[in-house]
Amino acid sequence: MTHYIARRLAYSLLSLFLLSLTIFLFVRVTGDPAVLFVEPGASQADLDAVREQFGLDQPLWVQYVSFIASLARGDLGQSFYYRTPVFELYLSRLPNSLLLALAAMAFSLLIGIPSGILAAVRVGRFWDGVGKVFSLLGLSLPSFWVGLVLILFFSVYLEWLPSSGSGTALHLLMPAFALGWYFAAAHMRLTRSSMLEVLGSEYIKLARLKGLPESLVIAKHAFKNALIPVLTLAGINLVIMINVAVVVETVFAWPGIGRLLYEGITFRDFPVVQAVVLLGGGMIVAVNLLIDILYAVIDPRIRLEA
Amino acid sequence: MSMRSDAVSLPSRFDFIRLEGFLVLPVLILAGFAFMAIFAGVLAPHDPEVGTLAARFRPPAWEVGGSTEHLLGTDHLGRDVLSRLIFGARVSMVVGFTAVIVAGAIGTGLGIVSGYLGGWVDQVIMRITDTWLALPALTFAIFLAAIVGPNEVNIVIILGAVYWTRYARVIRGEVLSLKEREFVRLAIVAGCSKRTIMARHILPNVLNSAIVLGTLMLGVVIVTEASLSFLGVGVPPPKPAWGLMLADGKRGLMVGYWWLTVLPGSCIMLMVLSANLLGDWLRVKLDPQLRQL
Repeated sequence: MTHYIARRLAYSLLSLFLLSLTIFLFVRVTGDPAVLFVEPGASQADLDAVREQFGLDQPLWVQYVSFIASLARGDLGQSFYYRTPVFELYLSRLPNSLLLALAAMAFSLLIGIPSGILAAVRVGRFWDGVGKVFSLLGLSLPSFWVGLVLILFFSVYLEWLPSSGSGTALHLLMPAFALGWYFAAAHMRLTRSSMLEVLGSEYIKLARLKGLPESLVIAKHAFKNALIPVLTLAGINLVIMINVAVVVETVFAWPGIGRLLYEGITFRDFPVVQAVVLLGGGMIVAVNLLIDILYAVIDPRIRLEA
Repeated sequence: MSMRSDAVSLPSRFDFIRLEGFLVLPVLILAGFAFMAIFAGVLAPHDPEVGTLAARFRPPAWEVGGSTEHLLGTDHLGRDVLSRLIFGARVSMVVGFTAVIVAGAIGTGLGIVSGYLGGWVDQVIMRITDTWLALPALTFAIFLAAIVGPNEVNIVIILGAVYWTRYARVIRGEVLSLKEREFVRLAIVAGCSKRTIMARHILPNVLNSAIVLGTLMLGVVIVTEASLSFLGVGVPPPKPAWGLMLADGKRGLMVGYWWLTVLPGSCIMLMVLSANLLGDWLRVKLDPQLRQL
C-alpha cells in the first residue's frame, strides 16, 4: 500500500515537473519572453528591466530553477491589469468557479443518472432511443451555442432570467445548464453502461430468482453498485468543469477562473494566462493522484497489483 | 494516471448507437459544407469582409424589414451574413482538417516509436503524453495562442500540439499488440531495420485506427477552433470564421438580433454533429478493436 502510494506520488511529481517544464519552455523558445511579461506599449527600459528581473540572459536551466523557486513560494507574478499578485486573483475567483461547477454537476447528475438508468432498464426500446439522441446532442452541441440560445430564449424573449452577471440563484441557472449539458451526456452514457454491466451480473440474477420485485432489484441492488464508477467520473469532472468553463463564463460574464483567463487574453495580461494553465494542470494532476489513492484504499486488487 | 481522466476528454464516442440508417444525412451535410467551402467565391452573393454601415443589422429576408438583397441579414458592420457563413465553412474545414492531420501525424508517429521501441523512449513519450493530457485542452490552446499570437497557421499548429496525445495513446496500444505478431517477427528475422519495420510493416496496420480517430477528432477540433475564435485568440478578424461571427453576434443578442448567433452556431453544430456521427460509424465499420475506445 505504502509502496503503491509512493509510486503514484512519484508519478504525480514527475507530471508536475513535466507540466512546469512544458509551460516554461513554450514561453522561452517561441519568441522573446520579455515581450510577454511587460505591459503592452512598454518602453525599451521596461523590457530591459524585465530581462534583468527574470534573468532572461542566464542559461535556461538557471532560469528554470528560479521559475520553480518562485512557483514554490506561490509567486506567479503580478497581474498587469489588476496590479495584484496573480495567485491572490486566482484564489479570489476560485469560489465562483467552484459554485458554478457544483451547480453544473448537480444539473448533469440530475439529468444524467435517471436517464441513464431508464435507458439501461429499457435497453433497445423507446426510452433508450431517446437517451441515444440526447447523448448525441449533448456531446455535439458546443457550450457557447447552448449558452447563447438560452440567453436568447430565457432572457431576451421570455425575460425570465438575467443574461449575465452573478449574485443570485437565478444568475446561476443558465450558465450551470450550459456547462453541465455536455457532462450530463457523459454521465448518462456511463450510468447506462455501468447499469447494464451490473444488471447482467450473478447477484442480480439471484435477487430476481428469490422473487424480489424488479423495482427493488434495480433501486437497491443494481443502482448502488452501478453508481460507483459514475461518482468517480463525476469527481474528476468537477475539476475539469472548473477548468473548461472559460467559454460559458465568458458568455454569461460569470466572474470565475474562466472569465479571469478571458480577461487575461483580452488585456494581454500574460502572467494571468500562464497562472491559469499551470494551476489548472496542477489541479488535475492532484485529483488524479487523490483518486488513485482512494481506489487503492477501497480496492485491494489495485494495491496488490503494484 | 490519466487512464480515467481521458474518459471524459477523449473524442465523442457513441458506442451504443447504430447509425447505418442515419448515415446518409451526415455525409450529405458534410459534403454540402465542403461544396460551400470550395466554391465559396462563386456561391457567396457579397464580399464577406466588406459591408456597408448604412445596411447594418438587417434581418433575414423573411422577417419584417428584411430584403432579398441580404437573404440571411447583415451584421453590426453591415456585412452579409450568408456570405460570411459560406466563407466560414472554408475556414472551419481547412483549419479542422489540417489540424486533425497535423495532430494525427505527430501522434501516430510518436505512438509507433513509443510502442515499438519500448524501454526508456516509451517511458519518456508516455509520460509527456500523460502530462499533456492532464492539461485542459482549451486552456492549453489559449495559453499557446497567447504566446505565438493568433492566425490561421498558428491555430493549426496549436491544435496539432494540443491534440496529438489522443492518437499517441491509442496507436501505441495497437503497436504493442502488433509487434508480437508473426509478420513483424519475420521482418526482424529477415533483417529489416527498425525504421523499415515501423514505416513499412507497422504504419500501414495502424492507419485505419488513425483515420477513425481523426474523424472522431474532427468535431472536437472544429469546436475548439470556434471557441478560440470566439474568445478572440483564434482566426483574426475580419476573416469570416463562425466562432468570430458568434462573438460579434453577442452584440446584437440582447436586442433580439437572433440571426447573428443562431445561424453561425447552427452551422458549427451541424458540422460537428455530422463529423461525430460519421466518425462513430467508421469506428464500428472499420475497426472492431476501437469499439471499446
